[in-house]
Amino acid sequence: MSIRTAHRQVQHKNLHRKNLLWLAALLHRLSGLGLAIFLPLHFLTLGLAIDGEARLDSFLRWSDAPAVKIGEAVLMFLLAVHALGGLRLLAVENLAWHDGQKRDAAIAAACAAVVAIVFLAWLF
Amino acid sequence: MNVALYVWQRATAAVMVPMIVVHVAVIFYATRHGLGGADILARTGGSVGWGAFYALFVVAASIHAAIGVRNVLAEWSRLGDRGAGIAASAFGLTLFGLGLRAVVAVTLP
Repeated sequence: MSIRTAHRQVQHKNLHRKNLLWLAALLHRLSGLGLAIFLPLHFLTLGLAIDGEARLDSFLRWSDAPAVKIGEAVLMFLLAVHALGGLRLLAVENLAWHDGQKRDAAIAAACAAVVAIVFLAWLF
Repeated sequence: MNVALYVWQRATAAVMVPMIVVHVAVIFYATRHGLGGADILARTGGSVGWGAFYALFVVAASIHAAIGVRNVLAEWSRLGDRGAGIAASAFGLTLFGLGLRAVVAVTLP
């Protein structure tokens, strides 16, 4: 097999990666992983209040930094895109099939981006 | 993923959809009405309603996340089904414990 033929075969195998619904599934999985990594830290932070508000306060002051606020907006995007993507999945699996699945996935991602941008503006 | 895990993941997702909407609304509200430790505890301390809401949220999120992590580990790691199940169960239990501790911390009077 020539290198060119092998290259074409690899390209053919990876064609699905250019499909919007494959990207939506990947985004759903990665956003879920991001939230799974964040959740224990979120719970640990809130758990600081068990020793009184002073410990929680000292942490929350650190969260006033602009970089942290941008991180919070990213987390808001992950939450929104995972929830809306999950809602789309529930609809696909439980309601009658309809055309326009790619459109639905794009709308879910766009709405999540809007929520995150509005949240970032809200924070500053 | 077997049928039981599939049903649990979808059921917990359906439970969490309205809870996420409420949680996001609370986040928006809190960022404009005081995000200090005292502000948070003043809103949630002693509230049975918020305690029950967030306890249910923690239970649903722990189950949902554990099943999701199990699927990712089974497909993307070399752990295999059994190893992925053990690791995901440990993760889910940790999340459950930390989550309930956080709920107690912010809702105890």
